[in-house]
Amino acid sequence: MDAQDPALARLIDQVAGAREHGTPLDICGGGTKRFYGESPVGEPLEVTRLSGITCYEPTELVVTACAGTPLRDLEAALREQGQCLPFEPPRFAPGGTVGGMVAAGLSGPARASVGSVRDHVLGITLLNGQGEILTFGGQVTKNVAGYDVSRLIVGSLGILGVICEVSLKVLPTSVAAETLSFAWGEARALETLCRWAAQPLPINASAWHAGLLRVRLAGARAAVEAACERLGGERLATSVAHAWWLSVRDQSAEFFVLGEQSLARGEALWRLSVPAVTAALSLPGEQFIEWGGAQRWWRTAAPPAAVRAAAARAGGHATLIKGADRSAGVFAPLSTVLMRTHQALKQTFDPARIFNPGRLYPGL
Amino acid sequence: MNISLRTEAADAVREQRQKNVVAALREVLPRAAILFRHEDTVPFECDALTAYRTSPMVVVLPETEAQVAAILRICHRMDVPIVARGAGTGLSGGATPHAMGVVLSLAKFNTMKIDPVSCTAVVQCGVRNLAISEAAAPYGLYYAPDPSSQIACTIGGNVAENSGGVHCLKYGLTLHNVLRVRGFLVDGEAVEFGSQALDAPGLDLLSIVIGSEGMLAVTIEVTVKLIPKPLLARCIMASFRDIESAGAAVASVIAHGIIPAGLEMMDRAMTAAVDAFVHADYDLEAAAILLCESDGTPEEVEEEIIRMEAVLSAAGASRIEVSRDEAQRLKFWSGRKNAFPASGSISPDYMCMDSTIPRKRLAEMLRAIQQMEVKYNLRCANVFHAGDGNLHPLILFDAEDAAEMRRCELFGADILETSVSLGGTVTGEHGVGVEKLNSMCVQFSQAERAQFMGVKRAFDPRELLNPGKVIPTLRRCAEYGKMHVHRGALPFPELPRF
Repeated sequence: MDAQDPALARLIDQVAGAREHGTPLDICGGGTKRFYGESPVGEPLEVTRLSGITCYEPTELVVTACAGTPLRDLEAALREQGQCLPFEPPRFAPGGTVGGMVAAGLSGPARASVGSVRDHVLGITLLNGQGEILTFGGQVTKNVAGYDVSRLIVGSLGILGVICEVSLKVLPTSVAAETLSFAWGEARALETLCRWAAQPLPINASAWHAGLLRVRLAGARAAVEAACERLGGERLATSVAHAWWLSVRDQSAEFFVLGEQSLARGEALWRLSVPAVTAALSLPGEQFIEWGGAQRWWRTAAPPAAVRAAAARAGGHATLIKGADRSAGVFAPLSTVLMRTHQALKQTFDPARIFNPGRLYPGL
Repeated sequence: MNISLRTEAADAVREQRQKNVVAALREVLPRAAILFRHEDTVPFECDALTAYRTSPMVVVLPETEAQVAAILRICHRMDVPIVARGAGTGLSGGATPHAMGVVLSLAKFNTMKIDPVSCTAVVQCGVRNLAISEAAAPYGLYYAPDPSSQIACTIGGNVAENSGGVHCLKYGLTLHNVLRVRGFLVDGEAVEFGSQALDAPGLDLLSIVIGSEGMLAVTIEVTVKLIPKPLLARCIMASFRDIESAGAAVASVIAHGIIPAGLEMMDRAMTAAVDAFVHADYDLEAAAILLCESDGTPEEVEEEIIRMEAVLSAAGASRIEVSRDEAQRLKFWSGRKNAFPASGSISPDYMCMDSTIPRKRLAEMLRAIQQMEVKYNLRCANVFHAGDGNLHPLILFDAEDAAEMRRCELFGADILETSVSLGGTVTGEHGVGVEKLNSMCVQFSQAERAQFMGVKRAFDPRELLNPGKVIPTLRRCAEYGKMHVHRGALPFPELPRF
């Protein structure tokens, strides 16, 4: 990236000023994920002016875009070439940006089969706390020159620096996709998903809620057809299936919407990331299971300690996504040794501690 | 002081230091697990980059995690550098010992547990890559990354290097197939990166530890993903009359929305060498051949092979052969998999390069390499992981001939710098180690290298874990910059330099 670019030069100036005065900066993109993580604080640092696709060559399966590029623009450009971001980044509202997608590190329904945002990031240009423009990784899939800093940035919620530009691996859109529906209880759904995961089946996504399992198959037409025959269930019309998976990806489905009343009742939305083979968890409230059992959303009024304990017993962790009371922290607490490493990393990237302070963990 | 006196003094210091370190280690390790006599430590002097050798001060062979922690605590207390080592198959000198340091051989950590229900395996760092797939085979599962050294290389080393293989276009690198790494920080404190789930809270430290060449932590146990073995795999061998059309064919396959399980290219020099070595029935008339593999269910493979054939024909393939059965498929691959030993059979020595470039620049890169063959008066045979743009030019030379060795080094540096200028990277999968320190000066700015060092110190403030690897010092880059005027074009290239 060119430091002379006016939008970038302005960011560098603002960072220099903030460093000098010790002013915390709140890095802002489209503002669609401000509910995620600990509360944002500081003077806004607008990245949206840093916008546009810098380089896209479909035959390279790589796209490079500035952080402020709207996700919908990027996906439209890919769609024109029959390609996509296979990890289905969620957008909770219109206006999300590429930088926000990487900073939050959230992936959609296909994550368990195709990998996460992190898995598809090839390179990042970062503005660090010293005001330096640094590029890590690159535009090629195989690259082990130096530490994989670009992937460390994914999901860091902006605490290490300002993401300026990102290179992503993209893939051709599947030739065929079908969604099957099964009226099964939780235990049967989990057990079957687990069995299927060990077989060469083109399963691309799965979701279970309220006695209904839905499985999306994607790949070569012949493979999808053969799998449909084998697995049975009821086939959903393509348009219905498409809209439904979008509502899961973007959390616009009813399950994910917590009104004022539910919040007042003490209900919260939790994300439990656990090994897929974990047996049915028993918490009060309602559940929505994705990723073959590896991601379990709970709408529950259970105390945070109980939710975290349930996740930890299974070998996973729990994140508070929506809820009135955030006093127990949004993310699962880290071990002392990992927190020490986090602090040391924060110190090296952002010694003046100006970027998104406290957004990932208090004090970081 | 003259040189011999200085050397004697240094030897005395080293001897005393060795005595002290060995004494401290004997408190926590049985005598047989500590090697320090020169004749015992010789096998540890280098990894597969044999041109770089250092005699380690001490080699330790612990058997328990408690011993590893104790060794690390002692070394930390005494300020002794530690170089962790697996099978020593690395090609960039990442496991080259430190003359005043301890080599931590982790070969004895070799047990694993396959869990066919969760499709994962918990593997100790010293387990061989191929052994995981062999143990998982009865359940119809396997571990996807398959570096060509997979018979010998260990999973701990794979984590250190973020190893790839011929199938990583479709199945990813080590990073994409590892869930968790358990081990120790430099001070002996136990630590865990990642989790048994698909993600972990906080920063993604697993990502930075994988591929960190043993400089951030010591890996003891790795939880890997196992995936269902494809029911069928078939391979197409396509010949091309010129390099350009072979390169264009690679781009065309991808442009048609096909992600082959493997997509490899070999030039004529390479096919000639391997065919003489293993008789793989390659088309020796072709300027380049492509191996293009499809795997999946029989229906999927049938559909994909038809599409691949059509694309390759349209791209100008002069001959196309599809493997009839597993035996023929393996025969196609036998040549590719033996590219390195075959090169060894036609030349006293070879140096294997490992840069990556954008796929579309393949033909351009090959032409540049042809010109370099003339410029440095050395032959070069080429194999590529064409699907992901990762090149392995094998420069053929004779190490006994000092001038030839020097020309070979310049040839290699020229390839790496050309790769960077074409938008690529100096190492796709072999790592930086000690071999590509100079090239790191070309690819990264001073600020970027300083940030790498910052990351290193965040994990290892005293720089004791595998010091001197991956990140070149400012001074080294300054000297390299002075000597190296422009893309390997040295002033007075005809003069020998030592």
